[in-house]
Amino acid sequence: MKVLLPTPLADYTGHRREVEAHGATLEELFDDLDGRFPGLRFRVVDEQGAIRPHIKVFVNRVQADGLAVTLCADDEVLVVAALSGG
Amino acid sequence: MAQVLVGTRKGLFVLEVERARGACRIDGPHFLGQVVNHAVLDPRDGRTLLAAVKAGHLGPTVFRSDDTGRSWQEASRPPAFAKAAPGEDGESVSHVFWLTPGHASEPGRWYAGTSPQGLFVSLDAGRAWEPVEGFNAHRDRRKWIGGPQDAPPDGGTLHSINVDPSDARHLYIGMSGGGVFESRDHGATWSPLNRGVAADFLPDPEAEYGHDPHCLRLHPATGEAWQQNHCGIYRLDRAGNRWQRIGASMPAEIGDIGFPIVLHPRDPSTAWVFPMDGGTVWPRVPIGGRPAVYRTRDGGASWERQDRGLPAEQGWLTVKRQAMSVDDGDPAALYFGTTSGEVFASFDEGDSWSSLCRHLPHIYSVEAATAR
Repeated sequence: MKVLLPTPLADYTGHRREVEAHGATLEELFDDLDGRFPGLRFRVVDEQGAIRPHIKVFVNRVQADGLAVTLCADDEVLVVAALSGG
Repeated sequence: MAQVLVGTRKGLFVLEVERARGACRIDGPHFLGQVVNHAVLDPRDGRTLLAAVKAGHLGPTVFRSDDTGRSWQEASRPPAFAKAAPGEDGESVSHVFWLTPGHASEPGRWYAGTSPQGLFVSLDAGRAWEPVEGFNAHRDRRKWIGGPQDAPPDGGTLHSINVDPSDARHLYIGMSGGGVFESRDHGATWSPLNRGVAADFLPDPEAEYGHDPHCLRLHPATGEAWQQNHCGIYRLDRAGNRWQRIGASMPAEIGDIGFPIVLHPRDPSTAWVFPMDGGTVWPRVPIGGRPAVYRTRDGGASWERQDRGLPAEQGWLTVKRQAMSVDDGDPAALYFGTTSGEVFASFDEGDSWSSLCRHLPHIYSVEAATAR
């Protein structure tokens, strides 16, 4: 499925903002992304499995409240990172 | 050419310093736009650099370089707390705050301190990190570190990780808040080490823990401990377990409040501090706007003011706990960085100072990596 990533993660993907990834849940999707772009998952998901504060993940434009959200092959996942703090 | 690593709110800068001329070339920024709380060169191989990096709201990490900063690789497993059991309250590392190479006899071993207060170890030169569960999972840890009301504005931190030069298994840490703790078994067990240290914000004058050490250093030759605390300057002769408030001999109009302390690389009686205003609402700027370093050459029995070359007036700069460093040259060179982005240097052990560079971002850390 299509995954859209924010600019702060560009270093992990060779500056590609749009990538393809697989998984039946967001948990599996981020594992898949991390396998191909090592380190990406921990920048977005903490060690307790929670999406980090100030980062939002949308599935088909609906905000996900955690990684258990199920996915279909034609879903679109959007990751947004707040840019704040001066 | 001496090398000085400057961690800032917006990246890492490497200063190539020509000591004879007091001039420098700035290499960087590395990690532009990312917070670099600390960057340290491994003195055991002279080429491995580790940097504690955090970009905005993304998760924290550590980058490492095998070629003194020409190229960088991210840790394959950054410091992270153990995953909590279902139903338990797990913790997440906000940022890596402090990096310390291990003992000279343990090449590749590094320690990291984090916010909130966690201790981590790497056995492969910073590639993969593991929690030191003897500390992180200690049944009293949450009691030691207290709650949010005990933490600095940017969150509680574990800092000042020191390895006893005569015993690789003997570790010291400082925590804000929490106090100084030591382990004599590589981090498996821990004991508080705060006797004699004031904690004006606690009701018990002999509190066992809960103190606020700002910076703790061990002398590389003697292993004697010194600290700049929230409540004064102290020295601990390891023949005993009670800190002596050597800041009591500072001039009364200056006081003994500040963040950094650095020790002479050879002379065990010489140290430097950067006093700040701890009156009324604690402005934490130079007293009267006249910045000065203070040096003791007699173990803290007396202090001398060293302000030649620093702003004579209207100098309202602040120096953070990691932002002062001394190299092992002879004479030793000293460096400190300010929150206003300026680095000052002294090449005569503090007798005179000059501005090395200006207009950097807010400086969090300064580490003299090589003296020549």
